[in-house]
Amino acid sequence: MATTKSGLTIHTTELEHDGVRQTFAQEHSWLVRFTHWLNAILLVVMTMSGLEIYMAFPSFGAKIPQENFLDFPEAMRLGGWLGGALQWHLTFAWMFTLSGVAYVLYLIVSGKWRVVILRPQEFRGVWPMVRHYFLFKPKPEQLEPYNPLQKLAYTSTIVFGAVVVITGFLLFQPAQFALAVKLLGGFGMIRIYHFAAMIGFLSFVPGHLLMVALHGWSNFYSMLTGWKRDPDYLVKD
Amino acid sequence: MNNDRQRPARQLKQMNRRELLKLTPVLVVGALTLPAFNERLLKTGLDWTDRAARAFFSPDRLAQTFSKHELTPIEQFPINSYSDYNPENDLASWTLIVEGMVARPGQYTLDQIKALPKQSQNVKHICIEGWDVIGNFGGARLSDFLQMVGADPAARYVEVACLDDYYSSYDIESCLHPQTLLCWEMYDQPLTPEHGAPLRLHMPVKLGYKSAKYIYSIRVSNVLGKEKGFWEDQGYSWYGGI
Repeated sequence: MATTKSGLTIHTTELEHDGVRQTFAQEHSWLVRFTHWLNAILLVVMTMSGLEIYMAFPSFGAKIPQENFLDFPEAMRLGGWLGGALQWHLTFAWMFTLSGVAYVLYLIVSGKWRVVILRPQEFRGVWPMVRHYFLFKPKPEQLEPYNPLQKLAYTSTIVFGAVVVITGFLLFQPAQFALAVKLLGGFGMIRIYHFAAMIGFLSFVPGHLLMVALHGWSNFYSMLTGWKRDPDYLVKD
Repeated sequence: MNNDRQRPARQLKQMNRRELLKLTPVLVVGALTLPAFNERLLKTGLDWTDRAARAFFSPDRLAQTFSKHELTPIEQFPINSYSDYNPENDLASWTLIVEGMVARPGQYTLDQIKALPKQSQNVKHICIEGWDVIGNFGGARLSDFLQMVGADPAARYVEVACLDDYYSSYDIESCLHPQTLLCWEMYDQPLTPEHGAPLRLHMPVKLGYKSAKYIYSIRVSNVLGKEKGFWEDQGYSWYGGI
């Protein structure tokens, strides 16, 4: 066990590496790594099949007269036709829901939500990180595994994930949950929320991949094995 | 001495290898998306989804109804039938053929069906494509008709065949739902050919493709045939429950 500079407890192990005794912090438990890589697959399947479903009625307005809104090329779609795409979408929706529920429950039960969720008092730490990344100002000290901007991004994916699952479920069972559909403005509105939540969820991906590319191997590797060697956010004895 | 120096390195390798191995389930899921495996996976997924929809269905939970001014004008009610109505079908001599697990099989005229209590409802019609409209449907409850023909309470399915070669099949619970209609009117007018004259089904608890038009035969049964529905046989959900 070790403590981060912000006061969080993190599981660590000591190993001799390159002739020196070094600390390895377990940044990601198995469940986090598993759901992370599972989600990488699910995100591709859900988005591509979702776009195929969307193309069956590429509009957010009336059917008559129909005004098409966006057109997605076939290369971005999955399933071949509406029926095939729905099979993909619904099959993998169950996995996406299960993995999301498991992940959130894990965060709550283990107390690891403190590492991932941005708390209100941490909001002021977001702007210095934005200044660092976009205005090339000095980097604020790293106090724990994730900086406030990262936490904001990760928190947003949980929110968007929840919205995408709930709206997706209502699109699946609109007659049985008619009151919820009505309160949210109707089937057509929920279709818009579902689409918007997908965009929100996906907007995370480019920044995420860029940061992984910039910060190199150790972050990528820790999402595979869980371990990170000698992270600078730990309090040294 | 040499051993001592190697051991920690090996420890680290083992530690990492162990953790990497724990991620193999992800590879399994990844492999399931490959063409060699996905057909079975998607079939299972579709079955699960139907089972879930069936679990959410309640025989006495009604679909939302709407006031008259919320109706989509009939000109804006999409037709979307899979093939054009065939005018050669002789509507004058149309009867509804009833067969299978019923006490009184035979041919029923439209007048006999119209003699049942009439129900008129403004309900949503949601298409699998993603659009929805609110329409007015008038007709007899399918449950009343099934009672009239003496359907066996042990029956599990209802299969319908249509004049345009469309066909579908249903779980009996949804057929007995109080909003499932054998419908001969829309917007207080007799059905037009495009909307399924002389008789169509309308089921607000199911997706639009389950509301078959131009029906001419109803079969009550305990087992489903190989052909479950025009779209269902191509890959749409059989249950289609919303």
